Amino acid sequence: MSLAASSTTARTATLPPTVIVCIGWLAAMVIVALAADLLAPTHYTTQDLAARFRPPAFLAGGDARHLLGTDHLGRDMVSRLVYAVRTSILIAFLGTLIGAVFGTLVGLAAGRMRGLVDMAAMMATDMQTALPSLFIAITFLAFFGNHILLFVVLVSLEGWERYARLARGLAVSEQASDYIRAVEQLGARSSRIVFRHLLPNILASLVVQATLNFPGTILLETSLSFLGLGVQPPGTSLGLMLGEGRRYLLNAWWIAVLPGVVIFLTTLAMSLFGDWLRDRLDPTVDPAR
Amino acid sequence: MPSTLLAIALRAVRAAVTLLLCVTVVFVALRAAGDPSEQLLPAETPPDVRAEYRAAWGLDRPIPIQYATWLARIGEGDFGRSFADGGPAFDAVVEALPRTLLLGGTALSLALVVGLTIGVAAALRHGTALDRGLMGVAVLGYSMPVFFLGILFILFFVLHLRILPSSGATTPWHLILPSVTLALPLAGRIARFARTATLEVMGRPFVRAARAKGLGRIAVVVRHALPNAAIPLLMFLGIEIGLTLSGAVVTETIFAWPGLGRLLVDSVALRDLPVVQAVILTVTAIIVAANLAVDVLHALVDPKVDLARTLGSGR
Repeated sequence: MSLAASSTTARTATLPPTVIVCIGWLAAMVIVALAADLLAPTHYTTQDLAARFRPPAFLAGGDARHLLGTDHLGRDMVSRLVYAVRTSILIAFLGTLIGAVFGTLVGLAAGRMRGLVDMAAMMATDMQTALPSLFIAITFLAFFGNHILLFVVLVSLEGWERYARLARGLAVSEQASDYIRAVEQLGARSSRIVFRHLLPNILASLVVQATLNFPGTILLETSLSFLGLGVQPPGTSLGLMLGEGRRYLLNAWWIAVLPGVVIFLTTLAMSLFGDWLRDRLDPTVDPAR
Repeated sequence: MPSTLLAIALRAVRAAVTLLLCVTVVFVALRAAGDPSEQLLPAETPPDVRAEYRAAWGLDRPIPIQYATWLARIGEGDFGRSFADGGPAFDAVVEALPRTLLLGGTALSLALVVGLTIGVAAALRHGTALDRGLMGVAVLGYSMPVFFLGILFILFFVLHLRILPSSGATTPWHLILPSVTLALPLAGRIARFARTATLEVMGRPFVRAARAKGLGRIAVVVRHALPNAAIPLLMFLGIEIGLTLSGAVVTETIFAWPGLGRLLVDSVALRDLPVVQAVILTVTAIIVAANLAVDVLHALVDPKVDLARTLGSGR
């Protein structure tokens, strides 16, 4: 057995059971998002007004054709959930990606160039802290109109300033190190130093930050959709389903509770996975965050 | 000491600039989003009525002039008039603000008591089943979306047990569900933070010295560990203010609690620019002021805070 293979085995063996469950749930969510068309029994807008408010199959009055029941328009809850997972995961994933790339670039530029660029970048992160992304998103979505691109950009605001501060701090401390000074002496351009030397050295911390930030991004998307300012009908998202189901709590609790359970389990799994990843990979992130 | 004062002064200037920049960006962006009269008046409004409306609200002037006027009037306590009902936007905010402060303050106190107890208990039993159990509860708490928690509470306490009211703010009973909903996720994050902070302080030499002189575990925590963990905790709470206010928007909507968050959601639906701007200004001012207060306390207590850190670090 080669050395590499044995160390991989050792790693897999030390995965705590909780983390395996978390990874399993997250993998299932990704599969559902990717294969929504194959998994959904019906299209998510297919209505059956004769079968409205059917409870899930495991409850009295349930119907095996609708495993998780139907909503106020007789739409199959399994199909609705599958497509809602696709929308919510896709938006949260894109939002996390855009926020991470943008924040990291701002932070690296600030840490590398210092001076005015640094001041402007830090001012911008201060502004983001002073005005939380939910408030910006509510206001801008209402006045600029609800467009999916704008929505994704606003969702990506969640936590960008944390990547910026992290990347800037790490860039500043790395730059004082001998290897960066040596590369500078060799005449490397700034862009080369940033992308070939600084970035690879701080990537682990950034990935951990992205993992810990992902639940916040999901919550921002679902909160906005819940408030009716995010994904619009006939589209669907986990937050929108919950917001719609709120009106039928008395007779049909499952319409609101099922998407809520999915959101909760997904943020929970990501938080636990992120904690484990941080302990594993990255000593630099403040454990308090 | 002069360097401490200078550090505080610089922080204050920075806070003021942040506040001004935030409201400026929001003002300009919202005016750039389009002429409010387009959205407020019906499409078939005659052009002369539209022009009159725009003149009456000052919407016909260039954005920089509108901005300058708006800013100058705020100095006199005039935040403009609501497009929706014509009343002063300031009055709408003044009516809603105390309710949000009551909700947020109750939630914060509750979260502090629960979170600190759990966090310190977990730290004192570090590595045991109790520690893992309590931290498990904490992670459940802060992974719970407030809107889902609120709905579960309504299902259980309002619709099933029928012991608590779910909407409005007329009796003290109305405060229970929204404040617990807002408090639980915050309590989870405080518990986790308090555990880390306590573990960190408990490892320091002065705590070991206090233990060595015969002080009990609880006494050490209360007299030595907690005071030393207070500043990091305050700084942590400063960051949490923004999250709590965001949570309040959702909580107030679910429980029909007539605070700032609901005012914002209602007034964006009506495209009521002056009220939206007044709410944004208030929220930003609360967050900036809270963080400034924490920074000032920090600078007064901790001699290590100096000019270099004030200018150099983001936070």
